[in-house]
Parts: sequence; C-alpha cells; structure tokens
Amino acid sequence: MTLIRFTRNIQRHIECPATEASGSTLAEVLESYFKTNPQAQGYLLDDQGALRKHMAIFVNGTQIKDRTHLSDAIGEDDVVDVMQALSGG
Amino acid sequence: MSDRIHVATRKGLFTIERGNGRWDISHTNFLADNCTLVMHDSRSDRPGLYCALDHGHFGAKLHRSFDEGKSWEECGVPTYPTRPEGAEPQIDMMGRTIPDSLQLIWALTPGSAEQTGRLWCGTIPGGLFRSDDHGESWQLVESLWNHPDRKQWFGGGADWPGIHSICIDPRDAKRIIVGVSCGGVWISEDDGESWVCRAQGMRAEYMPPERAYDPVIQDPHCVVQCPAQPEKFWAQHHNGMFRTTDDCASWQEITNVSPSTFGFPVAVHPVDGETAWFVPALNDEKRIPVDGKVVVNRTRDGGGTFETLSEGLPQDHAYDLVFRHALDIDESGDRLAFGSTTGSLFISENQGDSWQSISRHLPPVYAVRFDKPGS
Repeated sequence: MTLIRFTRNIQRHIECPATEASGSTLAEVLESYFKTNPQAQGYLLDDQGALRKHMAIFVNGTQIKDRTHLSDAIGEDDVVDVMQALSGG
Repeated sequence: MSDRIHVATRKGLFTIERGNGRWDISHTNFLADNCTLVMHDSRSDRPGLYCALDHGHFGAKLHRSFDEGKSWEECGVPTYPTRPEGAEPQIDMMGRTIPDSLQLIWALTPGSAEQTGRLWCGTIPGGLFRSDDHGESWQLVESLWNHPDRKQWFGGGADWPGIHSICIDPRDAKRIIVGVSCGGVWISEDDGESWVCRAQGMRAEYMPPERAYDPVIQDPHCVVQCPAQPEKFWAQHHNGMFRTTDDCASWQEITNVSPSTFGFPVAVHPVDGETAWFVPALNDEKRIPVDGKVVVNRTRDGGGTFETLSEGLPQDHAYDLVFRHALDIDESGDRLAFGSTTGSLFISENQGDSWQSISRHLPPVYAVRFDKPGS
C-alpha cells in the first residue's frame, strides 16, 4: 500500500487525513483515495482530471512529471505528498 | 425596503444590517477566504444564501446556507464535461487554449418562483450552468457552450471569456438573457434550448473598425433588466453606456456623460425602467475615479440627462473602483449600496441623493447584494 499525505492548508477546508491507498500509477492511487474521500477530488484536480495549476505532488520527495494524466509509476512502499505549489493562488 | 446587505470580499463575507436607524456589520463568514460572489434566493420553497469562493490553489467552490448565514455547507459546483479521448482543446479567437474547467463562478441567479430549486450560474471560461436542486448538482447548458459563435468570445480583463450577468424575464421564466465579457448579450426563449446574440448597436472601440459593431465580440461589463418594464435593459459596456427599450433587439449608446462613460456596474430602478445608476471611472487605461472623486451618475429620463451624485462620497484623493457586481438596489428602488476595491462601502436610502459611509477599510469588495423580499 502507498501512504498518501496532505498539506495542512487543505485541512481547514476538508479533512484529508494521511491514509493508505493502492495503485500502480498516481492516477490509480488517487482514484482509490477518492473513493474514501470524494470531496477531495475537486480540491486536487480540475474538471478534466489534471492536477490543479497551483498544486504539487511529490513521490518520495520528487515532483511528479505528468500533471495531466498522472501516469507516474507508484511502488508499494512509496510515499505520496500532496502539497500547495509555491505559486499563485 | 431591505434592511440587510451581503458583501462578498477578498477576505470574507460580511452581513450589514439596519437597526435603530443605522447600518452596521452584524456578522461575518469565511473570514480570510476569497468570497467572489453572493446571492440571496428569497423564493419560498427554500430561501437560501449562496456564497461563491475561490480558494486559488483548490479551485472555485460554492457554499449555501438555509438559516440566514448562521451555518453553511459546501454544495456542488459547475463542472465541465470530460473532453472526449483524443479531442483537441478549444482555441479562442486570439489563438489561445480555452480550459474546459471551472475557473470562476461569475454569476448566480435564482429561477422564477415556480421553478423550485432552479438556479443559474455563469462562469469563466464561458459556460452557463443550471441547477434544479438548489445547487446540489449542475448541468452545463450545452446549446450555448456548443454554439459556433461562442468561439468568437474572448477574455477581457480575465484571461478567458465569462458570463457575468443572468436575467430571468419576469414575463416568462423560459426567457433567459445573459451578458458575456467578451461575447455580447445572448437570449434564449426556450429555457436554454437555443440561443441568439442580441447586441446589435453595441460598439467596441477595442476592435478593428470593420468589427466594431460585431455583436458577438462586445464587452458589456454588466447587464440589468427592469423587473416592472422588462423590455428595458441597461448595460455598462467596456467603452460606453448602452440601453435598449425593445427587448435587446437594438441597443442605443449614451454619450457625452460627465465625468465619464467608463465603469463596471449598473443598477436599474425596479419599477421605472428610465431610471438607472452608474459608477464611473476615468477610462479603461486608468481605472480610478475621475479627479479622485467618487461619484454616482443617475438618469431619470432613459439616459437623456444625468445627475452626478456626490453627497457623502469622498471627493479628495479617493481611488475606489467599483466592480460589476458591487452595486445593488433593493426592491423598493430607494436604497442602493456599493462597495469598492479599496474596501469602502456606501449606502443610500434616497435613490442616491446622499450616501452613508459604512466602512472605509473592508477587504476589496467583489459583490454587494440586498436581501430580496420573499416570494
């Protein structure tokens, strides 16, 4: 299982506790997570399923490459951090 | 007369109430959050207050309250349909990609009293949405989104085109009029099934001369309809003031108005369609009050003549700009209120003859709305 953690900035709008989710790509991991917390989807992704412009996601401390299709590979023991980008907003 | 005003600002939603002859801030909601729009829905089936927020990082959201703002819940937001696999993104007339994703909630209007739960929402990047469950879910009005002339629309001050004004015709709730920056004025006679552009007579200085009168590229900043004389509309346009008395079949430009014909908001009297108010600024290149004096322009004769009203308004080094949703009039037609980008809020109880300053240090004001009477 992959651990997914969220910036504290999002917590004052919706509860997003750190949790475990499954999947071999970031898209699959997030899909799995959104089944338990559907409201979070609109906070992270735009209407076309791409990462919002001013959000950032790190996998084991490295920023993802595919912000549009979220196709970055995820391993069993990886840690996904959902953060605010230091831009705009 | 309405004794309550809702003020949406860059840093929260403020409620202003009249008691013992004076207006005061009675309570606040969403402090520190960007409240871009507020709508009061007075219809008897479920009176409510709706507040649009733009969280920046986390996107545009909509919250609603059914207990006069004491408690709030997040409801649905308009969502653009998923682009079919392999489909190219849409390109605007400037050659830029139009995002098919909600950028901003820019207009909120209740349906008629008979349309239980019906709300209309205009957005950037130009989609019109309809809800029939008090905002729980929204459907894109595809007939307008897919209209071939929508590709002519483009953004003005915002990057993308947007629907900022929605009028539901009091004679027939299936008749919907929307104002678009930049895209003209559009009318549906069949509850949104089909649309025609009705901006003939509007003039765009920002276009090459041969396209200056093209209806579908006009930039009406704000469009309002007189409830009791619904064939009469007013528009504050990017480069002038316009009115129509024939249901938008033809628009007439109003010129030679001092101190300026530039601005964003317009309000029309609820009974007398010849009476309207504007808040002028210098011009589109210098969006400040003329000579540092905040004034309101009022006409009582359909734009033939104007009075420039200033009693109670700052007349020395004032740089308040009033956005398109930040001027409102109550159902009596006597009370008006407007808020500014520099955090001022002014109220008049005598049709603008004189104004009270309620605050000079609110956050930048985006929208001002009176409580509407129940139906």
